[in-house]
Amino acid sequence: MTTTHQPATDLGHLLHKHPDRAQSFTTSSGVAHVFYPKATNEECTVALLLEVDPIALVRGPGSTLTQYVNDRPYAAGSLLTVALGSVFRTAMNGRSESYPELAQTPIPLVIRIPALPHKLAERLFTPLGWEVRINEHGDSRYGDVTLTGTVKLSDALKHLYVLLPVLDGGKHYWVAADEVDKLLKAGDGWLAAHPDKELITTRYLARKRPLVLSALERLAEVDEVEPEELDNALAEPKISLARQRKEAVIKALKEARAKRVLDLGCGGGALLRELITEPEFTEIHGVDVSAKALQEAARKLRLDRMPDRTRERITLRQSALTYADTELAGYDAAVLMEVVEHVDPSRLPALEHSVFAVARPATVLVTTPNVEYNALFETLPAGQMRHSDHRFEWTRAEFAQWAEGVASRRGYRVKYVGIGPEDAERGAPTQMAVFSLGDEN
Amino acid sequence: MDLKIPDLCLVVLIGASGSGKSTFARKHFLPTQVLSSDYFRGLVSDDENDQSASAAAFDVLHYVAAKRLEAGKVTVIDATNVQAPDRAKLIEVAKKANVLPVAIVLDTPTDVCLKRNASRPDRDFGAHVVKRHRAALQRSLKFLGKEGFKRVHVLHSESDVDNSVIVYERLFNDLRHETGPFDVIGDVHGCRAELEELLVELGYTLVRDAEDRSVDAIPPDNRKAVFVGDLVDRGPDTPGVLRLVMGMVGNGHALSVRGNHEEKLVRALRGHKVTVRHGLEKSLEQLAHETPEFRRAAEKFCDGLVAHYVLDDGNLVVAHAGLPERYHGRASAKVRSFALYGDTTGETDEYGLPVRLPWANDYRGSAMVLYGHVLVPEAEWINNTMCLETGVVFGGKLTALRYPEKDLVSVKAHQTWYENEWPFPPPVAERAPDVLALTDVTGLRRIETSVMGAVTIRAEQSASALEVMSRFAIDPHDLLYLPPTMAPCATSPRDDVLEHPDQAFTEYAAAGVSQVICEEKHMGSRAVLLVRREGGAIYTRTGRTFFDGALGEELLDRVRDGAKPLFDELSTDWLLLDAELMPWNAKASGLIREQYAAVGAAAVGALPVAVSALETAAGRGVDVSELLARTSQRASNAEAYRKAYERYCWPTEGLDGVRIAPFQLLAAEGQTFHDRSHLWHLETLSKLAGPLFQQTRHLVVDTADPAAGVKWWEELTAEGGEGMVVKPLQNLTGRVQPGVKVRGREYLRIIYGPDYTEPQNLQRLRKRSLGRKRGLALREYALGIEALERAARGEPLWRVHECVFGVLALESEPVDPRL
Repeated sequence: MTTTHQPATDLGHLLHKHPDRAQSFTTSSGVAHVFYPKATNEECTVALLLEVDPIALVRGPGSTLTQYVNDRPYAAGSLLTVALGSVFRTAMNGRSESYPELAQTPIPLVIRIPALPHKLAERLFTPLGWEVRINEHGDSRYGDVTLTGTVKLSDALKHLYVLLPVLDGGKHYWVAADEVDKLLKAGDGWLAAHPDKELITTRYLARKRPLVLSALERLAEVDEVEPEELDNALAEPKISLARQRKEAVIKALKEARAKRVLDLGCGGGALLRELITEPEFTEIHGVDVSAKALQEAARKLRLDRMPDRTRERITLRQSALTYADTELAGYDAAVLMEVVEHVDPSRLPALEHSVFAVARPATVLVTTPNVEYNALFETLPAGQMRHSDHRFEWTRAEFAQWAEGVASRRGYRVKYVGIGPEDAERGAPTQMAVFSLGDEN
Repeated sequence: MDLKIPDLCLVVLIGASGSGKSTFARKHFLPTQVLSSDYFRGLVSDDENDQSASAAAFDVLHYVAAKRLEAGKVTVIDATNVQAPDRAKLIEVAKKANVLPVAIVLDTPTDVCLKRNASRPDRDFGAHVVKRHRAALQRSLKFLGKEGFKRVHVLHSESDVDNSVIVYERLFNDLRHETGPFDVIGDVHGCRAELEELLVELGYTLVRDAEDRSVDAIPPDNRKAVFVGDLVDRGPDTPGVLRLVMGMVGNGHALSVRGNHEEKLVRALRGHKVTVRHGLEKSLEQLAHETPEFRRAAEKFCDGLVAHYVLDDGNLVVAHAGLPERYHGRASAKVRSFALYGDTTGETDEYGLPVRLPWANDYRGSAMVLYGHVLVPEAEWINNTMCLETGVVFGGKLTALRYPEKDLVSVKAHQTWYENEWPFPPPVAERAPDVLALTDVTGLRRIETSVMGAVTIRAEQSASALEVMSRFAIDPHDLLYLPPTMAPCATSPRDDVLEHPDQAFTEYAAAGVSQVICEEKHMGSRAVLLVRREGGAIYTRTGRTFFDGALGEELLDRVRDGAKPLFDELSTDWLLLDAELMPWNAKASGLIREQYAAVGAAAVGALPVAVSALETAAGRGVDVSELLARTSQRASNAEAYRKAYERYCWPTEGLDGVRIAPFQLLAAEGQTFHDRSHLWHLETLSKLAGPLFQQTRHLVVDTADPAAGVKWWEELTAEGGEGMVVKPLQNLTGRVQPGVKVRGREYLRIIYGPDYTEPQNLQRLRKRSLGRKRGLALREYALGIEALERAARGEPLWRVHECVFGVLALESEPVDPRL
C-alpha cells in the first residue's frame, strides 16, 4: 500500500508500524511480516507479507483443507484478512493518538494485491471510490489487482477486510454467528449504501442463509427498509415449478387411490414432507441412493420427534434403482419425480426392470423436464441442460417413445400430463407420465 | 431302542412336567441344539418358572428355532408340548423352514413325574398340574401323526428312556455322497428312439432284451445318468422309455427325479379322476398294450421318484422345475410342489400355461441347479442354473449336460411327435439375463477370494459405493474389474526426498522376492480397457467412462484394431487390459485448471512481487535478509512446481494426442494372467499396433544388488518424471504387495505442495502412516483377481460384480489421498 500524502512517512504513524524496521507478528493464520520497501517524504509503501505454514494447513488442529496443493498460501483471501485485521487493528478502527485528524482524512492510496480472484473486483471496489486495474494471471481466476483512490486509511483497510474474502468466495474457517458482527463492524459507514450489499453479505457469510438474513435485517434497520425488499435474491417465486410438480404428483396419486406409496429417489425429502401431511397415504417409503440425502430427509422431516402414529407411516431406506430390490414390491404407487434424467441412458433398462418388474406397483408416476420448454427460460443458455447432473433431457416425443416402450413391455397403460405453465408450441416445462398396470378402465 | 430321525429335523419333546425331557435332551443332543422353555422364560423375565412370561418366552423360542432351522441345524424343543395348539405352532415353524417335524413322547408314568418334581424345590406347584399334563398327553397321543409329525416315537417307561439311541437317517433327496460324473438329461416325454441315440452319443452301451427292447444302458467311465423328470406323456413310446430308465435306475446306472407328468400318470394309473390331456392320453393308450405287471412296475417306479436330488457334496441339485437355494435338501409339501411345478403364481398366460416366476434370475446359490419343465429354445446358463427342456417331443431336441464338464450334448427330434398348443420354438422370453439385486452388494459382505481368503466389506463401505456405482459407473456388464490402489514404498530416511527406491528393493528382498521389475510410471489417468469383438468400454478407476459418445466409440475401435493380433493369439472374443491413458489433462482438465494451475498462477503471481518488494526494502537497509531468502526459495519452488505439472499436460484435439500405455493383460475368455511374469505381459502387449499405444520402459532388478535400479530411478525422475512402480517380476507372489510406487522428488510437489522439499516441511511429512493403505492395496488386489477369475470362468454377473463393487467399497475408506 503506497501513499503520496505528504509527508508520506506519516503512513507509519497511522499504521503504528515503524518504516525503518521489519516486524513480524504471529497470527492465527500464519506469520505476518510488515516492512516498508520505500519510505521517503514523497512516497511511502508498506508491505504485508503473510507466511502460511502449508503443512499445518492440512495437518494442523482445526484444519479445513485436505490438499497440500493449495492456493491459500499465495492468494489474498480470508487468511490474509485475518492477519490484516490483527496487525493493523488500531488503524482499521480509525484510531491514531498522534495523528487523529489525518486518520479521519482521505489520503491518496495505491493498493496492490498481486494474486487476487478478480472477477468481481471492479464491480465491488468501484462504488467505494477506487479505480481498479487488473493484470490477469493467464487462464486462471487470479489477477494482479491495483486499487487507486483517495480514501481514509481505516476505510481502505475495512474495504479490504470485507471484500477480499468476498472476492475469494470462501473462508478457511467455520463461519459462526459472530461473523455477522464482524461484517457489520467492518462494513460500518459504507456497506449499507453499497449497491451490491446483498451479494457481499451472502458471500462474506459463506452463503449461510440464516446468517445472511440476520445480517440483512440488521443492515435494513440502519437503512430503515423492510428486509424482504433486500432479500429478493433469496426469495422464491410465488408458485415455483417444484411446488406445482409436487401438487400434480399428489393429485395423480389420489386419483389412483394409492395408499401405499414409494418415493423413488426421494432426495432430501421434498415430496415426502408433503405426502406425510396427507393421512390417506398410509405407508410412505422413500428411497434414495445417497445415504447423505436420506439423513437430510430424516432431519427435515424431523423423524426423531414425529409422533409414533405418523412415524410408523414412513420408511427411509437406501436403495438404487439400477439394482433389483424386492423390498419395493407390493406398493400401490411409485413416484419417480425428476429422477430418470439423472440416470445414464444405458442404465435405463435396469431401472425399468427394478421399477416395472420387481417393484411393479399398480401406478407409476414419472416426471422429467420437457427440453422443448428450455428455450423459454431466459437465464438458461441455449443448449444447456437445467442441471449439471442431467444425463439427458427429453422432448415430449422422446419421453413418449421411452414410456410407450416400457408400457408395452411391462403390461402398463400410459398417459401424459403437463406440469407448469403450458406453452402452445413447446408444452409445459415438466412432463409427467402416469403408468397404470393392466387393461381395465 | 433306536429312535430314527432325519438328519435335519425339528425334534419336539412331549411330556408332562417331571417326565425327564431335559435329562433326555442333555443326554442325546448338544446344549446348543436344545431350546428349553424354562431357559427362555428366564431370558425374558429373570425367572425360569414365571408362567406369566410364557408368551414372550415362546415368541423368542420360536424365533430362534426358525433361525436354526433356516441354517439347517437340528433343533430340539424342550417344553411340555402337551397341548395341540402349542405343537401346531412348532409344526408351523418347521414347515416354514421346510424341515420335517418329529415327535419324541416321554410317556413317563404320573407317579415318577410327581416324585421327580418333589425333589426339585423350584417346582412347588401341585400334583394337579402334572395330572393335567398327563391327561392332555394321553388325549394327544394318537393324533400326533395327523397333526403333521413325520415320525412319532413314544417312550413308555423309564427304561425306554434310558435305553434309547438317536439314529440319524439321510433324507431321500440327500445323495451328496454320489459324486458323479453325471450326464443330466432333459425331459424325454416318451421319445425313446431319441433317448437311445443320446445315450449312445454320451458313450452308453444299450442292453436289449430278447424282444430287442432296451432295458438298460451301461455308462462309460463310472458315469451315471440323471433324468430331470417328465420321462412320460406326449411322445410315441412312453413304455419304452420307462422300461429303459427303470432298468438303468434299477441297476444303479441312472437316477431320476419326479416330473409333474409322472405325478399325474401315477394318479391316473391308480384310477384317480384326472383330466386326461397334455399327452397323458398317449401314455395311457400305450400302457394299455403292456402287461399288468409292467403297468404296476411303472406305477411303482413313478410313485417312488423323489422330487429333487442334492448330489456331489451339495454342489449339484437336480429338480424337475428347478429349485431355489433355500429349498435345497429340504423336505416339505412346498418344496415338493416347487420342484414339480416351479414358482407358479396361480395365473395363466394367453396360451393357458401357468405363469411362472423367473426364480433363476434371483438364484444366488453356489450349487449348480439343472432342471427341465419350461420349454426353452436353447439350454443356457442363468446364474449357475440351466434348463434342459429343449422340446424333443415338439420337434426340438433332447439335451444332456455333462457334469462337471459342463459340455452340452443333444440329438435332434426324429419328427414332431406332439403338436403344441402354443408356439414352438417358444418366443425368446423378454428376460433380463443378468439382473443384479440390491442384496448382491449391500450390507456387511464377506467375499471369498483365491488369493487371500475372505475379504470383508463393511456395510457403510457398501453404502458409499452404492451411490458412486449407480450414479456414475458404466453398465456392470462391461465393468468386469476395477484396479486396486497401490501403496508407495516406505518413507525414505534421507533428508532430501520422501520416497526412494532403496525402500522398495529392501522390502521385496526382505519378503524373499529376488527379482523385481521396475516399470516407468506414466503420468496419465488409470484406464481399464474392455475390448470385445463388438462393443466394450474404456473406463476410469472408479468405473466412469472416459469419453462419451462417438469419441469413446472411436477410441475403442482404434484399440480393437490395435489388439487384433491378441484376439487370435489368445483365441478369445474379449480382452481386458490395464493401462494408463495420457495425457493427464485428457480426463483431469477440470481438476488441473481448478486446482493445480490455480495454485501455479497464484504462487507465480504473488511470490516474485514479494521478492522484489523485499529486495527494495533490503536495498534501503531494512533487515529482511532471512525473509528474503525464504521467499526467494518459495518463488523458485513455485516455478519448479509449475514445471512439474505442466509436463504431464499437452493439447489434445479429439483423440489426437491421446496415448495409451497398456501394462498388464488382465483377462480373456477362460483365462487370467496374474501368474505370468510381468515381462510376458509387457512383451505380449507390445504387439498392440499403432501410434495410439505407448510402450512402458522397464528394468529387471536383482533385489540383492539393486544399484542399477536406483540409478534408473534417478535418471527417470531427474527431469521431473513421475517415478516408477516396482513389482515382483513373477507377478502374483503370496502375500506381498503386488507393487509399490516410488515417486520422483519433483513430481511429489504436485502431491505435497510446492514447498514440501523445505527441510522443516519434509521432516513433518515423513511422519506418514502407510499401514492402512498397504492393507487396502492387498485386499483390493485379491478382490480384483477374484473378479477376473470369475469373469474368465464365465460365472454369473452378480458374482463378478460383487468383487468389483467390493473394490469400490474399500476405496471409500478414508485414507491419506496423497499416498
